[in-house]
Amino acid sequence: MATRKRTLHNTWHLGIKEFHSLLGDWTMLFLIVFMFTVSVYADARAKPESLHRASIAVVDEDQSQLSTRIIAALQPPQFIPPVHVALSDIDRGMDAGLHTFVLDIPPNFQRDVLAGRAPALQLNVDATRQSQAQTGTGYIQNIVNDEIRAFVQRYRSTAVQPVQLIERAMFNPNLTESWFAAVTAIINNITLLGILLTGAALIREREHGTIEHLLVMPVTPFEIMLSKVWSMGVVVLIASSFSLQIVVKGVLGVVVPGSAVLFGAATLLYLFAAASIGVFMGTLARNMPQFGLMSILVLLPLQILSGALTPRESMPDVVRGLMSLTPTTHFVSLAQGVLFRGAGIEVVWPEFLMVAAIGTLFFALAHHRLRSTIGTMQN
Amino acid sequence: MTSTGGTMRTDPGQDRVAGGNTRPPVVRLAELTHRYGDVLAADGVTLDIPTGRMVGFIGPDGVGKSTWLGLIAGARQIQHGTVEVLGGDMASARHRGAVCPRIAYMPQGLGKNLYPTLSVFENIDFFGRLFGQSRAERDERIADLLASTGLADFADRPANKLSGGMKQKLGLCCALIHDPDLLILDEPTTGVDPLSRRQFWELIGRIRLRRPGMSVLVATAYMEEAEQYDWLVAVDAGRVLATGTPAGLRGQTGTDTLEEAFLALLPPERRGDHEALTIPPLTAGEVVIEARDLQMRFGDFVAVDDVNLQVRRGEIFGFLGSNGCGKSTTMKMLTGLLPPTRGEARLLGEVLDARNIDTRRRVGYMSQAFSLYGELSVRRNLQLHARLFELSQAEGDARIAELARRFDLEPVMDALPDALPLGIRQRLQLAVAVLHRPDVLILDEPTSGVDPVARDHFWALIVDLSRKDGVTIFITTHFMNEAQRCDRISLMHAGRILASDAPAALMAQRGADSLEDAFVGYLAEASGVQLLPPDASAAASDDTAAAPAPHPAPPARAARFSLARLFSFSMREATELRRDPFRLTLALLGTVILMLVMGYGISTDVEDLSYAVLDLDRSTASESYTLNIAGSRYFLEKPPLESHADIDRRMRAGELAMAIEIPPGFGRDLARGARPEIGVWLDGAMPMRAEVARGYVMGVHAQTLTEAVTASTGKRPAALADIAVRYRYNPDMRSLIAMVPAVIPMLLVFIPSMLTALGVVREKELGSILNVYTTPVTKLEFLLGKQLPYIGLSMLNCVLMFVLAITLFDVPFKGSLAAFFLGALIYVTATTGLGLLMSTLTNSQVAAMAGTSIGTLLPAIQFSGMLDPVSSLEGAGAVLGQIYPTTHFLTISRGTFAKALDFGDLGASFLPLLVAIPVLTVASALLLKKQAR
Repeated sequence: MATRKRTLHNTWHLGIKEFHSLLGDWTMLFLIVFMFTVSVYADARAKPESLHRASIAVVDEDQSQLSTRIIAALQPPQFIPPVHVALSDIDRGMDAGLHTFVLDIPPNFQRDVLAGRAPALQLNVDATRQSQAQTGTGYIQNIVNDEIRAFVQRYRSTAVQPVQLIERAMFNPNLTESWFAAVTAIINNITLLGILLTGAALIREREHGTIEHLLVMPVTPFEIMLSKVWSMGVVVLIASSFSLQIVVKGVLGVVVPGSAVLFGAATLLYLFAAASIGVFMGTLARNMPQFGLMSILVLLPLQILSGALTPRESMPDVVRGLMSLTPTTHFVSLAQGVLFRGAGIEVVWPEFLMVAAIGTLFFALAHHRLRSTIGTMQN
Repeated sequence: MTSTGGTMRTDPGQDRVAGGNTRPPVVRLAELTHRYGDVLAADGVTLDIPTGRMVGFIGPDGVGKSTWLGLIAGARQIQHGTVEVLGGDMASARHRGAVCPRIAYMPQGLGKNLYPTLSVFENIDFFGRLFGQSRAERDERIADLLASTGLADFADRPANKLSGGMKQKLGLCCALIHDPDLLILDEPTTGVDPLSRRQFWELIGRIRLRRPGMSVLVATAYMEEAEQYDWLVAVDAGRVLATGTPAGLRGQTGTDTLEEAFLALLPPERRGDHEALTIPPLTAGEVVIEARDLQMRFGDFVAVDDVNLQVRRGEIFGFLGSNGCGKSTTMKMLTGLLPPTRGEARLLGEVLDARNIDTRRRVGYMSQAFSLYGELSVRRNLQLHARLFELSQAEGDARIAELARRFDLEPVMDALPDALPLGIRQRLQLAVAVLHRPDVLILDEPTSGVDPVARDHFWALIVDLSRKDGVTIFITTHFMNEAQRCDRISLMHAGRILASDAPAALMAQRGADSLEDAFVGYLAEASGVQLLPPDASAAASDDTAAAPAPHPAPPARAARFSLARLFSFSMREATELRRDPFRLTLALLGTVILMLVMGYGISTDVEDLSYAVLDLDRSTASESYTLNIAGSRYFLEKPPLESHADIDRRMRAGELAMAIEIPPGFGRDLARGARPEIGVWLDGAMPMRAEVARGYVMGVHAQTLTEAVTASTGKRPAALADIAVRYRYNPDMRSLIAMVPAVIPMLLVFIPSMLTALGVVREKELGSILNVYTTPVTKLEFLLGKQLPYIGLSMLNCVLMFVLAITLFDVPFKGSLAAFFLGALIYVTATTGLGLLMSTLTNSQVAAMAGTSIGTLLPAIQFSGMLDPVSSLEGAGAVLGQIYPTTHFLTISRGTFAKALDFGDLGASFLPLLVAIPVLTVASALLLKKQAR
């Protein structure tokens, strides 16, 4: 009982110490503020919609009323107003990456359409730009078909569709990408800071010899770790909550139906996991340059493959399996559920559980490493 | 220091500034003022320093000695006044460039300007290269220096594995490689054991015999060493108190020792209540610390062997020995920090257990380096420790107030420890160590680098604790006058205790006049060193003087830009990288792993989207419609939905990406041609996935209708026009072909920039940046030299990834190899440059790392066209995307991989990359300082 009280006591005071240290580090404070304001804003604002300002060129060999109509229909915001190019310039423009799409309207196209000869249009797609290639092709096909149909209807009747498909998007009716991008940016920053701050703080204490000093006092490695985790957790929690309320909801005007409290609790739990990973890495690396490299190796997959950038459905099973061992994956899915779908604890509890379990595992691993390496730590 | 006595050329008649010297002074200071915040390190100093002498700067800590030496060496920027060195103004960069090959500077701190992972030979070799010496010349000089310093046997040992004395000798070798005319040594023997100290001064004496014209400036805390110098400058509070020969200063004040002379020179208010320390006799109690057959092994290396000792309550027990002999390891075992390999350590009769928190309460420990929090104020440091030792608020405050008074910390309670002189910092450490009233105090070199006055003050506190409070004290020191004050001392060498007794008894055993002689005798005997008898040293020096041929004088003016200097930095950086195989492995293997994970992982082919159907019709028509969707490879059907509430619930849970609702009467309406409506609900939480799903479902829908018409009418409905889609460069729309050429540019920005990001800031934190300040190397040579090895490593990474791409990933490469690799070379030059820029911008390694992560991850992933083409971005992101190097190399990579392009087609992408290099490098060079402030 006395032990538990002392643990709480020490953890609390060591954590307070971390706050004082951070308050003295202006560069770090600036970076934290920057990350959760300017960076989140820029990221959300720059992020294009699924099909946004796609560059398209047209080769109009028909020069007819219909071809003009089709070209006029390819408009912003989905497309940059089309540029006219010559047939011989298609390859050069696409090679240089100037155009993602090139639509070639053959000679006598209008005449052939009206005559019911179903002439062929050619659409060249730069398939190396995969995301735009897929959605853009669909858009262009629809637009072209609609225009042709409307044009032909003035001359003769065409068949109507027997069934209509009405699609609606839930939770984000206009499928605004910036909503998603803003939340993704916050999650990425939480991951980055959670890992870097604690891991680097541990290595710094080791490089400056203060950890050895702590260890001759009635303080256990467990308390040292826990104090770093909770204090950095609180800092990042405050920064991310501010960012969500002020920057994302306020400035960016994102509609977030979910519970901020539930998200805050999830963030705290996730920070515990991220910070534990950070401390674990801090016990593996022997100096700051090693830690720097390791953090890139860890952060990159966490940011790219956790489902925050591309859908997890598209990843191979192996990657998906590996990534489900990281807390980030569960936190991303939890955050999407809570923030966008307004899911409650009764829905997201499995993710909560996973984040907590993974966090505890890493905390235990880090604790074990810290205790066993302490004797050999020499600057 | 009797051994060097013969080499000194003191002139008792010459008392005042350079009186009898016909040569112009080597250094002239005029009206020199330098301040750090409120502290004046130089207060209108005007001083001429004679040429060809051994000049000592003596005075307490924090009075400005180091600052003066830094200013004279050109390592610090002059604030006010003039500094003339070797006949020119040090404020002029031109003059600094011209004279720095003639100056050598050894900063304070053991091995401060050495490179810890480099070997002895490599360290000296590096400095030789910096001064533009040829291979043959370097080899000859290094052999000569190693032989004369006795380091020849350790040429291959890394600098961080050397003892303190050896580190200082190596520092001296590095300083002497270019035959300087002015040698500046800042406390060179602080923290060095007496034997090594004696050897060090012998070495200096021999070198001065060989180069009689060389001037030597030394700051020192050892008055007995200063006694041997030619000329002294007594310094206090940024001002010159007096100058003259040691004898002159003693004569002037009418004192017997220099230490007393210095105290007499101090103004009365600075002298304080200094008086000779008296130690009351000891009434020893029971055994408090006991070590039995202690042994500590690290792998094969036996750091401590067979240590037996007993210390009684209230005793002051001195622990002496050279650096690296196992003292600190022994102390760690006695505190319980380190469990011994064999034997046992007992505290108050109980075996020490590192896990036992209660024993820690009885021990106060003060480690060699300052180990409190530099970023917390003195008061907060004390408060933190009071809390950790569970003193109540009131109790803690009272204790802190008491200690502040007793340890004279009251005026500095709200200052940051980093800003305080060493002596005060050590008092603070002691205050922290005794805060919880421990029974035992373990102090590891608490007075190293502390000036005599502060040391006496410190010892008064220790004696007080021992005699009044009955605290048992276990202390290590290199100062013999301190060892003399201990009740008993142990001499340790190479992990073993040589002798253990009262100081007087040890002197009697060796038949020595002083404890120092006794100690040196024991050490020399144990290590087999042949010490020169004092009288013979001059003769021996003459021998060495005759041997080597004099070296040609270095060129008067260093070249403006030298490839040799640039390469010397490259070679050093490459060697350091080789010595850190873990980092090298991370850099190479990490790339491979990331490439695999990302190449396979990032994919925009969305498949297996989960969906469910709410079929309110349940007719054959509705079933055949849903069967079509179920047959698509893009969708994965989940159990059917029950109701609208069910849609809400399962969509909210993220279980479904799409829900399809077929209205009641669908089949009937379809048959009647009433155009029934099918509702599709998409999960918009992830817009990109929703868009893809929408595209798929519309396609399936259209196909279903066509098939239905075909089935009912027997012919396909006539289309108005046919849109032939040609997916170019990647006809099968394979994700890998699109992603792999994009992953290479990604990884070539993250890893290379992180490799260089700590390059400069780490040297700033660890101190070796001083070599950039005081050697002829230019900022550009330094930066480019550091960058080169990492460009090489990054290109290796690039080749590795390229091979992986075409073999494992089977991505065809269609374009120009030369264009790809040249592009990669330019690109990694830019990205390593980006890391260096971050490194020069920041002041701590943590900030450099965080800055680099933010500065690369966001722009490269989001704004460089990996997923969304740059042309579709808006705002700040679009601007950044246009200029960010990754954008352009991404175009080159995709162009050469998939589009079969060559230089001609990619010119527009090479140009911005080429521009980025000089922009980044010039920015770094402008931000990098060539002097400290």
